[in-house]
Parts: sequence; structure tokens; C-alpha cells
Amino acid sequence: MKQIVVISGKGGTGKTSLVASLAALAGTSVLADCDVDAADLYLVVQPSLVERYEFIGGKRAVIDHDACTACDLCRSLCRYNAITGGGEDLSVDPIACEGCGVCAWFCPERAIDMVDAVEGEWYVSDTRLGPMVHARLNPAGENSGKLVSLLRAEARSIAEIRRIDTILVDGSPGIGCPVIASITGADLILVATEPTLSGLHDLERVIGLTTHFGIPAMVVVNKYDINEANTRRIEELATKLGTGVAGRIRFDPAVTAAQVAGVPLVEHSSDGAASDMVEVWKRVRWTLSAGGFVT
Amino acid sequence: MRIGIASGKGGTGKTTVATNLARVAAMEHLSVVYLDCDVEEPNGQIFLRPEVKWRRPVTLPVPRVDLEVCDLCGECGEICEFSAIVPIGKKVLVFPQLCHSCGGCRLVCPLQAITEIPREVATLMGGEVGGVEYLQGLLNIGEAMSPPVIRALKAVAPQAELVIVDAPPGTSCPVVEAVRGCDRVLLVTEPTPFGLHDLELAMDTIGKLGIGCEVVINRAGANGEATRELCRNRGIEIAAELPDRRSIAEAYSRGEMAVDTDPDFCDRFLALLRRIEGWS
Amino acid sequence: MARTPDGAGGKNTMKIAVSSTGPSLDAAMDERFGRCSCFLIVSPEGTEVDPVNNPCATQGHGAGIQAARLVAERGVSVVLTGRCGPNASDTLAAAGVSVVTGCGGTVREALEKYSADHASS
Repeated sequence: MKQIVVISGKGGTGKTSLVASLAALAGTSVLADCDVDAADLYLVVQPSLVERYEFIGGKRAVIDHDACTACDLCRSLCRYNAITGGGEDLSVDPIACEGCGVCAWFCPERAIDMVDAVEGEWYVSDTRLGPMVHARLNPAGENSGKLVSLLRAEARSIAEIRRIDTILVDGSPGIGCPVIASITGADLILVATEPTLSGLHDLERVIGLTTHFGIPAMVVVNKYDINEANTRRIEELATKLGTGVAGRIRFDPAVTAAQVAGVPLVEHSSDGAASDMVEVWKRVRWTLSAGGFVT
Repeated sequence: MRIGIASGKGGTGKTTVATNLARVAAMEHLSVVYLDCDVEEPNGQIFLRPEVKWRRPVTLPVPRVDLEVCDLCGECGEICEFSAIVPIGKKVLVFPQLCHSCGGCRLVCPLQAITEIPREVATLMGGEVGGVEYLQGLLNIGEAMSPPVIRALKAVAPQAELVIVDAPPGTSCPVVEAVRGCDRVLLVTEPTPFGLHDLELAMDTIGKLGIGCEVVINRAGANGEATRELCRNRGIEIAAELPDRRSIAEAYSRGEMAVDTDPDFCDRFLALLRRIEGWS
Repeated sequence: MARTPDGAGGKNTMKIAVSSTGPSLDAAMDERFGRCSCFLIVSPEGTEVDPVNNPCATQGHGAGIQAARLVAERGVSVVLTGRCGPNASDTLAAAGVSVVTGCGGTVREALEKYSADHASS
């Protein structure tokens, strides 16, 4: 079983479009949309829902005003400025509360309860391309990293039970908690980037992350024809840093057209960017089976 | 006036809007502070190119246990919600990367065997260019948590007539931390199905924080109608539309500011600035 | 006063924990330590088999650490698993629990291989 995770560093470089097309080319795979803040993959793979679960991210403090004597100790102990007001107005801001439990532990009247915080939902669905795990984090939700870990564990279980060889993970932008949770234990990371100075800058940090975790990575330059000089710089940088190059995808209005049609690009067209994605998939498959990089 | 520039989807043009707005505001002789709160992947400096004046580390307190005093009672492990301090065997293990710096272990230890020591997680940087005061946070690679760094950055930000907060992408805690305290938020979107879907999520998030917002449609072309309809339905105004031009994309790829290369863009940003000034 | 859990020494020596996908000896091993479905805790002669659900499976950070505490609390002194992250490894080491990684096959097969490898000790 191989897990391929697509991340980007910089946002908007085409991760989700790429994952959808790779899934269409891969035969049956387990899809995991781990961009839980802004989960878009479902828009192009048309899942039908099978199971739905609540996601409990952590705990939140709640003050019981019947027991509270307004001594203010909780407010003085809270490191996150999550307790505001005074007297009967003393209250916990659920968005600022980190769920550390210190206020509840030390309250002399035992007037604070730590309650489970429902931060979103997660789903197991069926798609034409294989089973899919995805989620919706509530607005201003927290613990996205934990939700990502949960989705990945589910994806693995499903792959084991149904004997599916490939897991494709749609990651999120950045290098923080949810991205780290997306990449640990992956067999190959695909970094989707764009030929801009921003893309180049962010790529270097992302490769720093993949190297830090010791996971092999390959770079895909999306909309490469916007700036071919930068495309070459990116490919040279990737090679210098020990990262493979999986290919280049040209700018193509068909990408948006496929999104509007609600299908993966490679099902919508066969030339242009779609043909570039087919080449990327070939290289990825070769790399996974050969255990080496194509340079 | 403190405005946040956010989006749901990444890559819609937050940094483009934030940097170009900062530039035209400075051209119009407003005092401007630009805060790059995308501490995982800050890009503002690519376009603004500030002269760096200072750097300073961001540290978070993590526990240190004095094993000479500790009697392995295990209370610190009981209070910790994050598995960051783990009494086990004859030791007390500390996992600093899991620590949320709540201070609970130090408070609970009956023998006062726990102190807090600083752990470096990021670097803050400040500089100046063309009348724009520029500040940025940069999270160390391998660190998981942005919000404490964003908080630290905001704490050192000076006041100005216009403070522009360039937020990270997404709808969860880093964005919330960045835009909290803003007077208004500009949500930058692109007229694609993904952009539209994520815009709605972003509107929900900003709405939940009780901050008013307006929308900037970037790369607006033939497909803008669905976005405009969403805004109408939600009672959210469109502050600006920026056209989809390959020349702008190419200039962006070279790290050039749109208002420097395209007079029409410059006019639109000036109009946006006038609109923002009208909010106060 | 609570005491810290400790797998080394005492009358519970030599219990073996195997990370598993299911509660029987013929279940396939679960390659992951921290997020495995369950642990099979086995006496050295294989006479007692105790399946223990792993509540850490869907936990976020700290799953490995809590799983390590769970096996240590049950007096386990050896863990057989596929792979084990650094936090979990450190926790097991502090508890005096040794870890054999790279194990595979069914739980029974992993135990048999372990016995064969340690027959003389």
C-alpha cells in the first residue's frame, strides 16, 4: 500500500485539481481530503455519503454560574485571555479557549466543567474513483491537525480492509500542524508549486519540512508557462535539495472548465494540461515502483 | 483603521491585495503598517522588499523538571491535556512540541519541582520601505503551531492610520488569530467553483467573529456572476474587482507590484483605498 | 499518591504486547504502534491472551505517548510492532519497555518469531 500526499507550501497551486486527476488515473484508490479548512475535492469527485461522524477536537471550559463565586482566580490563571468579564459576567470565550483545563483544575468551587468541543464533522463516502474520507471543520474551528490525523487513520483502515493499494491525500497550504499531520508516514510527497517568486520561496520551506521528516518528495510546477525561467529555477532548486521532479503542467482554461463540470480534468479533456498530468502520474508510478527519483 | 485581508482558499490574491494596498496608501501619505501574519509562508517581503531593521526570536515557555526535587507523584501528567509532560518509569519526559504553554504542570507540582524555560519557535522581523512599516513572523520549519507566533507579532505591531493584516489562507485558528481585533476584513476570492465554495466558508468564519467584511474578486472575468450572487444573498458588498490579465500574472511571478506595472490596477487600488477610508 | 507506571520488574515481567488489527492471535498485525486498532497482551508462554482496545487510535498528537503508557501500565515489558514514532519510543524506553520494530504477519507469527529469536535468553 502506498500513500501519496499532495501539499504545496503556497496556496492555490493546484493541489486539489491534481489529486482528482491522479485518482482518476490510478484506478481504485482511497481518497483523503485533508484540507479540512477548505475541503474542495468533493466538488470534482461527486461523493455519495455513507457514514457521518462528529469531530470532537478537544475540550472547552464552561463556567457554572450557580457555583461560581466570582473570585477571578480562573481569569488570572488563563494564559490565553479566554476568560473575560467579571462577577456574573465572567465567561469563557470558546474560540480563545485552548482546552488546557487549568481553570477547572484550580477553581476552588469546582464551578468549571471541561466539555467536549464539537469542532466539525467527518465523512466516509463512496466515489467512482474509490472510497473517500473527508471532513468539514466548523467556522473558526480548532484542532485541524487532529482531524487530519483521524482522516488518515480512517483512510488506512479502509485501504487495509478493502485491499486497496493506493491512498491519495489532498493536503493543505502552509507547513504547520495540519500539513505535518498530512505527511507523516507518507511514501511519497508531491509538492505542487507555481513558477513565481512566492512559489519558489515557499517551496524551499516545504522541502525543508519534507527533509526534516525524511520523506521522499517530488515537485510539480503548475502553470509553468507563466514564467519558464522560474520553472527552471524551481526544478534546479528541487534537484539541488534532493527532491525529484515529477513534471510540468501548463496553464489551461480547461482546468476551470473541468471544475465547473464537476469532474477531474483528465476526464474532461485529453490534451493540454490533462496530458501533462498523465505524464506526472507516469513518473510518480515509476518512482514508487522503482524506489528512486527521475531527474 | 485596521483591516484584515483573508480568504478561504489559498492563492486567491491576499498578498497581492495587501501589498498593493499598502503601497498606494503610502503613496497617498497615510501612515501604513503591513503585518504579514501568514507566518508559515510569508510572501509580503517579496513584493514590498523592505529594508530589514530588526529581528527577534519568538519563544514559548515549556516545562523543565528538577528531578532532584521531583518524587514522581505523577500530578503533572494528570493535569496535562496534551501529553506534553509524561511521568513514566523513574523519569518525567517532556515533549516540548506538544506543549501548549498553559503553565498547569508548574502550578500543580506539590514540590514546586517544575520551572518554565523558553523554547524558540519562530522569528519576528521588522523593516521599512517607501513609507510602509513592514513586520513579519516566520515559523521555524517543523514547528506545528502558528497562533502563538501571530499573537507575538500582533503584540509588537505599532499603530498607524492604516494597519493591514495579511492573514494566512484557511478558516481555522491561524486566520482567526490574525483577524481578531480588525475593524473589517476584505475577503479575496477568485471566480472558480473552489473559490466560491471556500468564500462561503470564509464568510461564515468572519461572521462568527462578528467582524464586518467585504469581498474583493481577483482574476474576475466572465465567471464572476456566481460570486456576485453569493455576495448579494449574504448582504456582503463587493469592495473591488481586479481583472484577469496574463500580464499581471507574469509580473506577479517576477515579484513585481501590480500598481507599479499596470495603471488600471493602480486606479482600482486607489478607489479601494478611498472606499476603506470611507469606512471610518 | 499515584505512582508512575513501570513495565520493568515485579511479578508481571515478560508480558508481550503486539499491535494488532483485531482481537485474535490470527489477526494481522497492525504496523503502527500509537494508532493501532488494539493490542494483544500475551503471557510469555502464550497461555494468557488479553486483547486491549486502543483508545488512542484516533487521537491527535500524543497518541503514541498514551499508547506507550497504556502498555506500560499493564506490566508489559516487550512490544512487537511495525513502526513506532520517536515520542512513543522515548516513553517506552523510560518505562523500561523494549520495542521490536519491523514485525509483520499475523500476531501469532510475530510471537513465534520473537520466541525463536529469543529462545536462548
